[in-house]
Amino acid sequence: MKTVEEIKAAIEAAVPGAGVEIVSNPGASGQHSLRLTPSYAVAVAKFLRDDAELALDFLSNVTGVDWPDKEIAEKVKVTQTVDGVEQTVEETRKRVEPGRLEVVYHLFSVAKKHGPVILRMRTVNRTDQVELPSLTRIWRSAEFQEREVFDLYGVLFTGHPDLRRLLMWDEFTDHPMRRDYVEPDDFEYEPTAHDAVAARAAAHQAGHRDEAQEGKVAGQ
Amino acid sequence: MVDEGLKIELGKQGVFVTTIEELYNWGRKSSIWPMQFGLACCAIEMIATTMARYDLARFGAEVFRPSPRQADMMIISGTVTKKMAPQVVRLYNQMAEPKYVIAMGACAISGGPFKQGYNVLKGIDRYIPVDVHIPGCPPRPEALMQAFMTLQKKIEAQHLTGVGRPRHLDAEAQGEFPVPVQGEHDLEPTSNKGVWPLPVIIK
Repeated sequence: MKTVEEIKAAIEAAVPGAGVEIVSNPGASGQHSLRLTPSYAVAVAKFLRDDAELALDFLSNVTGVDWPDKEIAEKVKVTQTVDGVEQTVEETRKRVEPGRLEVVYHLFSVAKKHGPVILRMRTVNRTDQVELPSLTRIWRSAEFQEREVFDLYGVLFTGHPDLRRLLMWDEFTDHPMRRDYVEPDDFEYEPTAHDAVAARAAAHQAGHRDEAQEGKVAGQ
Repeated sequence: MVDEGLKIELGKQGVFVTTIEELYNWGRKSSIWPMQFGLACCAIEMIATTMARYDLARFGAEVFRPSPRQADMMIISGTVTKKMAPQVVRLYNQMAEPKYVIAMGACAISGGPFKQGYNVLKGIDRYIPVDVHIPGCPPRPEALMQAFMTLQKKIEAQHLTGVGRPRHLDAEAQGEFPVPVQGEHDLEPTSNKGVWPLPVIIK
């Protein structure tokens, strides 16, 4: 199979202005991925599927990644004038990198028996601009998995034929796989609690102890 | 009540003595038809229990009914997710009295290995009354048969009048249980306090 660099070159030759970026994986597997520009993603996906040499006809997996807002501390050299004397002072500045949602597609070729080719796409942020193009029209198997990513991460896939929640119920408003998801507090009774669960159960029981005592009185 | 020794003596002479209560309960306990309803991997063990090797038919409980209207018992065989819980309670409500529930396996009794999940109900006894709990992951067919026998003993011991009589003979008894609503973050309410009072923490 072609290397990611070769695939990148092939994409850029076929889809002008596609803006593919290589995300390298330093691990032993060396499975590097290609980050696509969302506006060109459908054209690139169509090329990857229809190209005679790549023939990526099988979409194996779609998943999501949540990148929360990240605070980055940087040391910057600043020239300051203290008492009329110019000095170079190192200053630590903090900047917040906005969080985003990312979708990852794993592609294989059944015809050519090669793969995986990994595609990534990122949203602008993780609050109001969470649209990404759906690749369901290229690979039909993306339909349910994109619904799952929508359900658990809240990525809105434009052009998806049936974007409903897949696992949680329709009335549910949260996205449970996001890092800032707050789980329902139903730790009333934990018979073999330990570690984090024991702490949560204790916190819950501290808040509800009065209610439990009332229940006991009513029961008697 | 007829003396037990006298009953045996009369039996030897070909006289059968019983009470309505005994006869009634004997009939009830010997034909508990379960609902054909499986939720997860425990259902596989439940199916195995009905097959030739374990042969649940010996207990008169082999007729799995596809409709709650014809079923006497519900085996909660597996993980109850919060998405499924309202349907389980609704099916229970649709069963005719007298009705019984066996919660089979770790998930059905407490959430089991998925207990810490946001999407799993931590035990079906939060919404409907459970008669027999079976631990195990999954419980073996022998455990399910043990639960059956426990339930049969429970039915046998029920008096038809007075306190603790079966629900269908008690006009005051609650027959319908509120179906939880799927809310924005969780099921509402998170438990039925009438069935499952908040546990009291003993230090």
